[in-house]
Amino acid sequence: MSAPILELREVEAGYGPFRALFGVSLAVGAGEAVALVGANGAGKTTLARVASGLLVPSAGSVHVDGAQIEAGVTAAWRFVRAGVMHAPEGRSVFASLTVEENLALSFQRAFGRAGLAGGLDRAYELFPRLGERRGQIAGTLSGGEQRMLSLARVLVESPRLLIADELSLGLAPMVVDQVFETLSQIRATGTALLIVEQQVGHALELCDRAAVLEHGLITWQGPSNEAGAVLESRLFESGAPH
Amino acid sequence: MILASGFFEDLFRGVLQGTPPGAVYALIALGFVLTYKTSGVFNLAFGAQAYISAAMYFKVHSVWGWPKWAALLVSVFVLAPLVGLVLERAIFRHLRTASAVSKLVVTIGLSVALPEIFNWAARFSAVAGRQITGIVPDGAGVYYDPFGIYRFNRDELAMMAVALAGTLLLAALFRFTMMGLSMRAVVESPRMTELSGVNANRVSAFAWALSSTFAGMAGVLIAPRFNSLSSGDYFTLVIIAVAAAATGLLISLPRALLGGLGLGWFIAVFNTFLPGLADDHTWLRPFQENLTPSLPFVVLFAILVLWRAVGRQREASDPLAGVDPPPPALAALERHPKLTMFTRLFGVFFVTVVGLVVWFRADVLWMSLVTKAVIIALIYLSVTVITGMGGQISLCQGTFAAIGGFTVFQMADRFNMSVLAAALIGAALAAVVGALLSLPVLRLGGVWLAIATLAFAFFFDAVMVKFSWVGGGSTALLTGTQVPRPLIGPIDFASDRAFLVLAVVALVVVSVVVIQLREGTIGRTLAALRGSEVAAASIGISAARARIVAFAVSAAIAGLGGALLAMHQQNVNYALNFAPIVALFWLVVVVALGSRTVEGAIQAGAAFALFEPLILQGELLGWIVRGEERLPEFFPLSGNWRLILFGLMAMQFARHPEGLVEHGKRRSATRINGWLEAREARA
Ligand SMILES: Nc1ncnc2c1ncn2[C@@H]1O[C@H](COP(=O)(O)OP(=O)(O)OP(=O)(O)O)[C@@H](O)[C@H]1O
Ligand SMILES: [Mg+2]
Repeated sequence: MSAPILELREVEAGYGPFRALFGVSLAVGAGEAVALVGANGAGKTTLARVASGLLVPSAGSVHVDGAQIEAGVTAAWRFVRAGVMHAPEGRSVFASLTVEENLALSFQRAFGRAGLAGGLDRAYELFPRLGERRGQIAGTLSGGEQRMLSLARVLVESPRLLIADELSLGLAPMVVDQVFETLSQIRATGTALLIVEQQVGHALELCDRAAVLEHGLITWQGPSNEAGAVLESRLFESGAPH
Repeated sequence: MILASGFFEDLFRGVLQGTPPGAVYALIALGFVLTYKTSGVFNLAFGAQAYISAAMYFKVHSVWGWPKWAALLVSVFVLAPLVGLVLERAIFRHLRTASAVSKLVVTIGLSVALPEIFNWAARFSAVAGRQITGIVPDGAGVYYDPFGIYRFNRDELAMMAVALAGTLLLAALFRFTMMGLSMRAVVESPRMTELSGVNANRVSAFAWALSSTFAGMAGVLIAPRFNSLSSGDYFTLVIIAVAAAATGLLISLPRALLGGLGLGWFIAVFNTFLPGLADDHTWLRPFQENLTPSLPFVVLFAILVLWRAVGRQREASDPLAGVDPPPPALAALERHPKLTMFTRLFGVFFVTVVGLVVWFRADVLWMSLVTKAVIIALIYLSVTVITGMGGQISLCQGTFAAIGGFTVFQMADRFNMSVLAAALIGAALAAVVGALLSLPVLRLGGVWLAIATLAFAFFFDAVMVKFSWVGGGSTALLTGTQVPRPLIGPIDFASDRAFLVLAVVALVVVSVVVIQLREGTIGRTLAALRGSEVAAASIGISAARARIVAFAVSAAIAGLGGALLAMHQQNVNYALNFAPIVALFWLVVVVALGSRTVEGAIQAGAAFALFEPLILQGELLGWIVRGEERLPEFFPLSGNWRLILFGLMAMQFARHPEGLVEHGKRRSATRINGWLEAREARA
């Protein structure tokens, strides 16, 4: 079997003196879809940041296609070049650039000058709202529109692995359905997924594997259809609501 | 009719006359905008970068005798981008997510240190009267007179052509190329740019090389206009050009070009017509003499205050800032109680020993140096209030201090008033000026506030000091601005020891005031505002009142310190003590060592006054090796090392905004804390 696209080995990471991950190992193979679930503050976003090179782990290593990517430098762009894209949590657009410039920055690298127009068309097709506002400064878009913009960037490119953190947050239910629809489409084209999602139902339906993160440790991994039951019992044990 | 045609001809001549200086401002403004757009740095060191290339050009062409093209190649297309790359790699790469204000402080440090480093490394010193020759053949000698009323020489034409071509090329770069887009993206969020698959480091390296090349080009083109090369002239030019850059909010290149030209035109036309007006209205005359040199600063101040968009402009924040850990707390708050006690004891012990040595052993010179250190420390507490507590940068603390000094001089000179009373009046006057100044500049964002205060400082320097009711006028030129020492009943502070005691008492009182302020409502409000102005406003904290009070208190402290310094030296010594450039260096020293705490200000005061005699002159080493004759050859070191060292230290501000001393304290505190806790655990 070939090496997984992304592999975290015994990763520890945190912010300054604060520790958020304590020795996490996780692999995502080609074409696989993994849902990462856990309570608020468990370290999901931190894990996603490490997996896309935004945060340098203090111990352990991150491998893309079996090769370790050098830690200690800002290396997120290397991950992207290797086909690993990250749609970060929250508002993640360039507020001072226009909608079109936001998209062009990614697309021109991915598709070249010639493919730029095609990429933009696909983005506007996916979210017609963005097409109407292509010349607008992104900082003045509504929260949901900004979310669409950062999604359009990663969805259109259909990378080899897409790391998506709280995709649906702030989107209207109908748009959420549409986004998951698109996700399953790009899944079908062979893109692997690592999905962090509060709407666990949606995520588990889409993915074939799930990992449960608790207090910075992965405590369970398995097929996603078993995850529901596990989650219920665990959340019940730890006394969390739901 | 004749009058009218004369008027239009004068106007037109004024415009033509203003075009070359306008092109100078435009060139600098363009480069300034270029740097800001591509790196997010409000680069006050731009003048220093321009100076380096101009000096190198002079060296290569006029000293080594190389041809002009070779000199241009070496200075502008090799040295300048290299400087940019080194700055990016060594400094600004690590500051990409730092706040604009901290980056500004770093560039102030650089503008102090860079020219000195170059002069030292290239053994360069400006030779007055030896002008730089421009890059075009016989640039200063061949004239063109397209309209028959004003002649341009070739150097001026070259400058105007480059300004115009630069605008067009750079605009095309930003509009049509991927690199242009990437540079703007990196400024907003390097991390998000990387998530788009763009190598942010490479982009910002290119950006710095580009803007530095532009700085070098501007430096060489402008140089023929100066009689001798000095980095100070370039610095002043940058401040003026900021006015032009501000009209385009630092992002529009065409507006920077137009702004620069417009500034040149305005000043030239103004100067054309003012003399005529002043002939008719004699009351205008004193203004005419003083206003001309200060006009650029007046315009700058007016633009910042009146141009609404400048006040509204806010820093775009990095959406991925959440990846950074929160800033650390002050060391003293996290320190083990035992350690705190130990440091306190050590501090008391150290101060006592130094005090005893100075009291019993110091000669006149050292007594005087220590007194100066104490007074400067007092002045630095004014920076603690504005920068340390309020998180704002004021660059006119020297002016506030000068107000104190001049008040004492005037009161004693004219009314024979007791100088101590005059010092209090001076402090009060400074407070009033501070409060008044804070009203218009308060709503400006951090960087603009700094520039507005700098404009005020330059304005005071160019205009107010010249008035006889401030700087003493012509009598002061002859006899100096003399200030007597105070006299309270039987105690005559003409004795240096007595005056030292007075200074120490004043320092203690002001320290207590500052600490009270920090612990009180004002201090807490300022701390809340530091976090987020918007958030603070939404829970009903009013920024304005706290900031005005902070400005007034800070100005009063500086004013008192300035008065004391004037008494100490028995002369105001404005140019030496309080000129804008000196005050800039003050800020650099304070933020380098620590602007958050009272100790920081005291350590900075000691460093400012004592570093040169103690370290550079080799006194300390001489004492250690017992004998001046045993000092190594290279002592005494040049005083310029002070500029280089503190300039470089100020660069730490962005990474350790608490200051180097505080940073060191926290590091050792963490280590010793761990050790103490381990011992307690074992016990
Ligand atoms: N910049 C930061 N500085 C310090 N601590 C941080 C920072 N970012 C996150 N943390 C802490 O790290 C821990 C993990 O945070 P993380 O964002 O990874 O959680 P999460 O699982 O994504 O939570 P949520 O479901 O709420 O998004 C939390 O305790 C959080 O407080
Ligand atoms: Mg999260």
